[in-house]
Amino acid sequence: MTVFLGLPTASPGVGNLHAATPFPTAAAEALRDDQLRRNLSHATRTIRGRRLQTVAELDDWEQLRAAGAAIKDDVLDHLDRYLLQLEQAVTARGGTVHWARDAAEANAIVVDLVRQAGATEVVKVKSMVTAEIGLNEALARGGIGAVETDLAELIVQLGRDHPSHILVPAIHRNRREIRDIFRREMVGVDPALGDEPAELVEAARAHLRQRFLTARVAVSGANFAIAETGTLAVVESEGNGRMCLTLPRTLITVMGIEKVLPSWRDLEVFLQLLPRSSTAERMNPYTSMWTGAVEGQEFHLVLLDNGRTATLADPAGRAALRCIRCSACLNVCPVYERTGGHAYGSVYPGPIGAVLTPQLTGVADHPHLPFASTLCGACFDACPVAIDIPRMLVHLRAQAVAAGARQRRLPTSEAAAMSVLGWLMSSPGRWSAALRALWLGRVLGRRTGWIRRLPPPMSAWTRSRDAPRPPRRPFRARGRRR
Amino acid sequence: MSRDGSAGGTGRDADAARAEVLRRVRLAVGTQPPGVGVSRDYRGVGARPADDPVGLFVERLTDYRASAYRCGADEVGETIAGILGEHGRTRICVPHGLPARWTAPGWQVVGGDAPPDPVALDAFDGVVSGCALAIALTGTIVLDSGPGQGWRAVTLVPDYHLVVVRADQIVPAVPDAIARLDATRPMTWISGPSATSDIEFDRVEGVHGPRTLDVLVVAEGR
Repeated sequence: MTVFLGLPTASPGVGNLHAATPFPTAAAEALRDDQLRRNLSHATRTIRGRRLQTVAELDDWEQLRAAGAAIKDDVLDHLDRYLLQLEQAVTARGGTVHWARDAAEANAIVVDLVRQAGATEVVKVKSMVTAEIGLNEALARGGIGAVETDLAELIVQLGRDHPSHILVPAIHRNRREIRDIFRREMVGVDPALGDEPAELVEAARAHLRQRFLTARVAVSGANFAIAETGTLAVVESEGNGRMCLTLPRTLITVMGIEKVLPSWRDLEVFLQLLPRSSTAERMNPYTSMWTGAVEGQEFHLVLLDNGRTATLADPAGRAALRCIRCSACLNVCPVYERTGGHAYGSVYPGPIGAVLTPQLTGVADHPHLPFASTLCGACFDACPVAIDIPRMLVHLRAQAVAAGARQRRLPTSEAAAMSVLGWLMSSPGRWSAALRALWLGRVLGRRTGWIRRLPPPMSAWTRSRDAPRPPRRPFRARGRRR
Repeated sequence: MSRDGSAGGTGRDADAARAEVLRRVRLAVGTQPPGVGVSRDYRGVGARPADDPVGLFVERLTDYRASAYRCGADEVGETIAGILGEHGRTRICVPHGLPARWTAPGWQVVGGDAPPDPVALDAFDGVVSGCALAIALTGTIVLDSGPGQGWRAVTLVPDYHLVVVRADQIVPAVPDAIARLDATRPMTWISGPSATSDIEFDRVEGVHGPRTLDVLVVAEGR
């Protein structure tokens, strides 16, 4: 298999980044799920409105956004320097730094550390990176239980399910489904548990309380790590993060290498950008910060590559590493709103997933994801670090087409369709003829007004989308008649 | 969905991993000129003054469904006792270093030199603490484990938290707070009580951590 990496310097990422079902098939299935679409539509519409309000409160939002993008670009341009500085600062304060080339190596490090601490169970703070590397599965293989303590992650874990949103991973579930999962899976839960959110939250609190108070080892991700000082920061709402980060005597934090920030002062930018973009709050309820081993804890920091250096090697795609995982792009995306997160086949769904996942794994592994977009640009407008996702999608589409062509020595259906379209559009006469021919298309889709299947090569288009029936008379012909 | 994830096991070499990741990073970034500098033309330190920082702070706090109280500097002790009485909170702990005139007999000081035992902390039904500073614009309180704030566990495990904020500790916005704080101290930033929106995106207050947050703002001139 050809893996497109830009530069042959780094290995692709492994773990929960790979799709079992390609996006077009998974999306077509998701589109038949009315309940899912209703849930998503309610959630994304609610948060879109609130986010616009809280962002509008800051009259320097665009300046903050530009500064956020510039700080992240500086990090990416000098990543080796900042990582070494971070390592030095954390070590100087009594922490231990580990480096992992990929998911398997990071998992092995964590399993070893938990064993050394003599624990058979860990409490976990919700973290995208540990979901990416499949840490829970690796711990289970090592005989260690992992307890997700974020409410949504707990729902996903108890439901033996996968997260479908970066911020609210169980957004595809409604309250009745959650009640059923709790009744079925929580030991000692009240069998008469109702489906009011407050009741469900109370059940989760009771379920986790003793675990927090007695846990010996916690595992977290990190929102930010400051190279200058060695400070780690975790941003959350429920307090489960504070519990995990504070109470257990051993704390293990796994962090993608792109999460480092140069200076303490940089947090003044990101602590304004992140909460407003993510939960549409002026500030999230809890942020914990610690530098090295504090308050009697033992602290380990695992720095993870897993395809990030491959992404960094592509100058046109590396800005995806600016991402601070706020999920604003998911909530404004018309494709995400209809297909949900599972269709993307990776722990990173939505617009950012469509650019990040194929870069982390190599485009050949996800040739369809860069096409999972309308290129409407809403994601770019919403992104607090100004990642130009549409431009990146177009760049990755070109790579996917090239990789597909190399692999099969034949043009892909997309490439064939696009080159036919290009040929048609390059001549007014040919284009008019084609539009006239499209009338013939009206014999298709006569009953519903929608065409479910087109003949090849356009069948690639209608496999996961319905095409509208062509108009009775092309617009250009109407002009001529007048 | 997981393609791999099995532990690498044999032959893992920590130094080799570090060298390899750094080699990949250096190849990918190439030789970059020193940073061109980040434009910081957003509103920084002192650039967002509030006419009435205490009023703004209280407004933002209550927006988060925390409750705010106000009193003069010489009324702190009796006001605290009154608020706790209102809530029926009797088994109170306080972090080491809290001013004695704020406390009442029977309260227990916890977390001096040794880490407090979480299970023992769970037996208290409230904690009273001071803070390092507070941010008006976001309604945020910052604890940095200084005197009167204690180990992070002390203000985490009891179900009720009453924070005393002096008016002169309130800064206008996030940049002002960052400029004043020492990055290397263990910190907790608190904006309202624990909350979740994980079920159908309905906000519910009170998951883990103190489910009730009360704030007493102490004004010098009152």
